Amino acid sequence: MNWPSFTEVMSRRDEVMRRALDINYPDLELGRIVFDYEKLMSICKYDIHEIMEIQRSFKVSNTPLYELPNLTRLVRRISEPGKGARIFIKDEACNASGSFKDRRASVTAHEAKKRGYKGMVAMTSGNYGAAVAAQARMAGLGCIVVQEVFDSMGIGQPEILEKGRKCEAYGAEVWQLSVGPELFYVSLVLLEESRYFNASLYTPFSVSGIETLGFEIGEEVIKKYGKPPAAVLVTHAGGGNITGTARGLIKAGCSETQIIGVSVDLSGLHMASDHDFNRKSFTTGHTGFSVPFTVNPDRVDVSRNAARPLRYMDRFVSVTQGEVFYVTEALVQLEGLERGPAGNTSLAAAVAIAKEYPEDAIIVVQETEYTGAGKHPTAQLTFAKQMGIEVSRGNPLESIPGKSIIIPQHPSQIGIKDLEMKSLKMRYLNTVLGNAGIKSYDELKVDEEVYLANEVRVNPGGLPELVKGSLN
Amino acid sequence: MDQNDKWVEIEIMVLPCESRTAKLPLDTSQVDLIARIKGFLLGEANVGDLVKIKTISGRELEGKLLAINPAYKATFGSPVPELIMIGRELREFLEDAGDKQP
Repeated sequence: MNWPSFTEVMSRRDEVMRRALDINYPDLELGRIVFDYEKLMSICKYDIHEIMEIQRSFKVSNTPLYELPNLTRLVRRISEPGKGARIFIKDEACNASGSFKDRRASVTAHEAKKRGYKGMVAMTSGNYGAAVAAQARMAGLGCIVVQEVFDSMGIGQPEILEKGRKCEAYGAEVWQLSVGPELFYVSLVLLEESRYFNASLYTPFSVSGIETLGFEIGEEVIKKYGKPPAAVLVTHAGGGNITGTARGLIKAGCSETQIIGVSVDLSGLHMASDHDFNRKSFTTGHTGFSVPFTVNPDRVDVSRNAARPLRYMDRFVSVTQGEVFYVTEALVQLEGLERGPAGNTSLAAAVAIAKEYPEDAIIVVQETEYTGAGKHPTAQLTFAKQMGIEVSRGNPLESIPGKSIIIPQHPSQIGIKDLEMKSLKMRYLNTVLGNAGIKSYDELKVDEEVYLANEVRVNPGGLPELVKGSLN
Repeated sequence: MDQNDKWVEIEIMVLPCESRTAKLPLDTSQVDLIARIKGFLLGEANVGDLVKIKTISGRELEGKLLAINPAYKATFGSPVPELIMIGRELREFLEDAGDKQP
């Protein structure tokens, strides 16, 4: 095959994407900044019960919601009297390919098939690749997965190597790339050549597929315990998990449930750096993805992202790599559940956050994922040591991403760092207003005010302060 | 394809460093963008040769032969001393509270 030049391919981007998705994005635009978000979501024409039916036919959904009584007891030992919420976990590892990503991939595969495509292309180094590969098999579609895997020394990240193996196990054609954002360029070339469907993570199909996750949690907790969960903790990367889960909870009548995004703190590491690539022990669910996706959701492979975390997130916290490894071990040792890193990221935060809630409150960690060779604490820490990262026990707050991993010595050392929501909202506004050339609040029209207030989830009265702050 | 065909991995230089996107950190901008992909070897060859393969999707590609029937190399790593005691510490912490495990 021929490799056209980077600029040539990027200049055809819109045309390739239009053919690969069959969604008319310009139709959604309502002016210089506003677009119709609910109209975008309604392109996925199924209601939540129809999506559940589709997912059942793809061996997805209805995963168990388990209480974690021993972790709850542990939290109460380190909480003030009367504090320490009951912790629950949604065992999403039980989906067909071992993660909640099957929810996104199943609706995507269903839609690709219905629209007459012969196959799907997924650009992802995460569980989504395996999910698309597995769902493609069930739908009778071809599948190509494009991953970012190794550095210029040819050394592959163990977790991504495992995900590549899993995709190949499902018969997908797997492109493993060296470090760099041109993964998108390669995907465009492959989309153009194969005429396959773009199984983007950011379409309404993908995000609607996650609504069932929030819906199942909301329905089950209300039915069994007579009240909605006080909080649901969501491992946050691209924003789809937060958006879909929150929308599903609202549909189940849980509008008051706090939606808390959780990411592993990788501040200081550059996501496109060849050197930094293999000096992190988490390949997703980290601040290197979640912060840019939160403040600039439309900088993705589609022109309007269906995943818009600022619309739904009440709080955003980070945990350290060492804390997640510690809690992963606690889940195995106290609860007998050996699971992968993604859900354990929000579980680490749950240990700290449960201390803030009364004993009768329920908080839910909304995912687990499969674990295996490469994506296990022993694999990642062995690799980290080989890459020169210092691993020790101590105070996790003293760790430096890319240099050291400090595993707590005691559960009371598990903490969270709150990311400032106001500052994230102002960064979002700064980008949107900057792109439109808007320089003062007075230039905003009424429909733009309403739209922006929804985008950053403030009462209209709170918008001027944020906008003015963002323009300064 | 039949059972005598060799399953191999090749390396393709997708973009030489000078043709990559402008928006890269310095270290990444100085190296080429490389792809690795597997398929059935067409013809006979040795590692390092320029070869043609047919991928599992039936796509024909050309690149440098990296390995014949390459192993999946991700492992569970070694036991990690920093993790081994965590379970016991946590159980003891709960038991100290007179809070015996069921």
